[in-house]
Amino acid sequence: MNLDFSPEDNAFREEARAFLAQSYPKELREKQARGETLGKEDYLSWHRILAKKGWAAPSWPKEWGGTDWTPTQKYIWSEEQARADTLGILPFGVAMLAPVIYTFGTEEQKAKFLPDIRDGKIWWCQGYSEPGAGSDLASLKTRAERVTGDDGKEYYIVNGQKTWTTLGQHADWGFFLVRTDPDSKPQAGISFLLIDMKTPGITVRPIITLEGGHEVNDVFLDNVKVPVENRVFHENQGWTCAKALLAHERSGIAGVARSKRGLERVREMASTELADAGGALLADPFFKRKVAELEIDLTALEFTELRTLAGESSGKGPGTESSILKIKGTEIQQRLQELALEAAGHYGAPFLGEGGHNSGVGPLHSIDTAGDYFNGRKTSIYGGSNEIQRNIIAKMVLGL
Amino acid sequence: MDFSFTEEQSMLRDTVASYLADNYSFDQRRAALKAEPGWRPQVWKAFADELGILGAAFSEEQGGLGGGTTDNMVIMEELGKALVVEPYLPTVVIGGGFLKHGKPAGADELIGKIIAGEAIIAFAYAEPQGRYTWSDLKTTAKKDGAGYVLNGHKAVVIGAPYATHLIVTARTGGGQRETQGVSVFIVPKDAKGVTTRDYPTVDGFRASEVYFENVAVGAEAMIGPEGQALPLVEKVMDEAVAATCAEACGVLRQLHEGTVEYARQRKQFGQPISSFQVLQHRMVDMFIQLEQSISMTYMADIMLAGSDLERAKGASAAKVQIGKACKFVGQNAIQIHGGMGMTDEMAIGHYFKRATMIEAAFGSTDHHLARYEILSLGKVA
Repeated sequence: MNLDFSPEDNAFREEARAFLAQSYPKELREKQARGETLGKEDYLSWHRILAKKGWAAPSWPKEWGGTDWTPTQKYIWSEEQARADTLGILPFGVAMLAPVIYTFGTEEQKAKFLPDIRDGKIWWCQGYSEPGAGSDLASLKTRAERVTGDDGKEYYIVNGQKTWTTLGQHADWGFFLVRTDPDSKPQAGISFLLIDMKTPGITVRPIITLEGGHEVNDVFLDNVKVPVENRVFHENQGWTCAKALLAHERSGIAGVARSKRGLERVREMASTELADAGGALLADPFFKRKVAELEIDLTALEFTELRTLAGESSGKGPGTESSILKIKGTEIQQRLQELALEAAGHYGAPFLGEGGHNSGVGPLHSIDTAGDYFNGRKTSIYGGSNEIQRNIIAKMVLGL
Repeated sequence: MDFSFTEEQSMLRDTVASYLADNYSFDQRRAALKAEPGWRPQVWKAFADELGILGAAFSEEQGGLGGGTTDNMVIMEELGKALVVEPYLPTVVIGGGFLKHGKPAGADELIGKIIAGEAIIAFAYAEPQGRYTWSDLKTTAKKDGAGYVLNGHKAVVIGAPYATHLIVTARTGGGQRETQGVSVFIVPKDAKGVTTRDYPTVDGFRASEVYFENVAVGAEAMIGPEGQALPLVEKVMDEAVAATCAEACGVLRQLHEGTVEYARQRKQFGQPISSFQVLQHRMVDMFIQLEQSISMTYMADIMLAGSDLERAKGASAAKVQIGKACKFVGQNAIQIHGGMGMTDEMAIGHYFKRATMIEAAFGSTDHHLARYEILSLGKVA
């Protein structure tokens, strides 16, 4: 029972810290500081730098570019990235799709897709949710019918609508859940398809979310022709891939290191904002108490994650703890956003849009606090809503 | 980074668990609490001789098994699962803590008696007016020749009716709430001038109001530096908090498991009530509170070995989590048990009562939250 890091771990931390200081693009840091909307190239430029270092896909099997890091090293790496306020690598390719491909894909699929995912050459999006299939994902209706093309090859013709497709406006490819057997039980008739987003018949339409941003999209598929070799795993067994992917989607979701950094920012903000009684907001008894309670809850989350990591390092797989981490992690992220908005006071209200940081309206730290709060409500909804996570724990852990 | 238990600690856990399974059923406990003396000396004797656990947390030079706070954590969690009232916490954790850190003359001899099950200690720190401010003391110890004379009234001293020794906080100087002037003494309970009024507590322990009237002790009775013992008290208190958190984990586990089990069996509207989603989610939230409490107990145990600031912050943060969990898990366990949860014959209510008393033990949730806030500024009390 100890928190000690080995000399190797400490050396790794030094290496990670030095690498981040030296290699994180200056232009990107400045753009982030100005609060500008980041484009496709901004994300991919950092991804490619990591790929060059060999650190773009730490959790993958070594033969495809994984780093073989211990859980402790992964923990250190996430802490150092948060400390340096770097962008994260987008999860769609590296964290979500790749494990499905290296677990269920053919050798051809691995060779064709994994290197490009690792190196940040292709932008992936996720085609899961539909207007009628949210938490009840298995009720999805997008239909894929198998046909023989004029060239004598086998294809799926895909028709339907996907929604909440995050950053789909930039996507080169997408991974889609489609129904290949409408007559069997909901989970049994689903297949997992990789679709080139340039295929004729695909339309991507922006959805503007309540804070005014464009992150998510509707994707319409109208007679989209997909080669059968782009199906991962067996026909009608895509649900197996989907479940595996959702578990991976949840595991990084605790966001402890980022939330620790977020808490520091709230403290900084509240040390210059003033309380009603004069003096710093951070000294206000009510505000101070909320900060302390949040910090204690964050410590509890951190040690729950560390216990999970330790369980992994002693050879036990990532269990249903990931559902606890998802629930508590997102609740804490949302409470941080609440506190930042509360701290902003009057200056939570101005809606300044792009370039708001140069508007001269209010202190810099108040800009976008409301937007972050509104946008952050998504975290308890996506990746299996927090209510669905409770269903998972009830069934898998409590056996109810 | 290591969150595992050593082989010795796992064996210790198994030893305690299997002894309690055989000798500490709910009915056996209930019968013992109703009768006099309200605890079972034979259980204590078994702890000393048969199980040998009273020495687990003492060094080998002191006649112990060479363990430490983590061993206390392991034992306390098992004691919590069975709602054990025998005085491990005041004797080994608190008494042992004062003797180890304060190193008074005769400490090794007394530790030997603790390990043998012959010395039982109660910690007389609370006073009627003092709430959770450990330096708020009206009890005085006046210098008298080479020794001291104690006068005062200590409140709700848990385990005092069966103790052989009392560890007492008293003022050797300073004003009523000052941090300076706090001293600690160890006093045989049968010393002349010590009187008690004994009573049971709502969670099954026995406790006393303890009165000191011109109780004369020698200079060797003092533990730690004269007038400067508050940091020692804080340190031992933090160890007691961590151990209580571990006990709470055992209590919470039983509350949660007992509730899940009951919900599976209890049928209403033609189906087990565990099939209702509103109750499933409640039980999941109870489970999350339990898991967070275990995490924080490990954290607190690890931080006991850190700096004074780390140790104090860790203990207070853990106690806040445990306090909230005891309230949430305890109240909902009763709620889900329905009318049966209100009965004295079911164990669940007894776990709820212990959980509720743990909320306030060694400082309430609000006390530790306020302490944590101050410590966050980097100050040690």
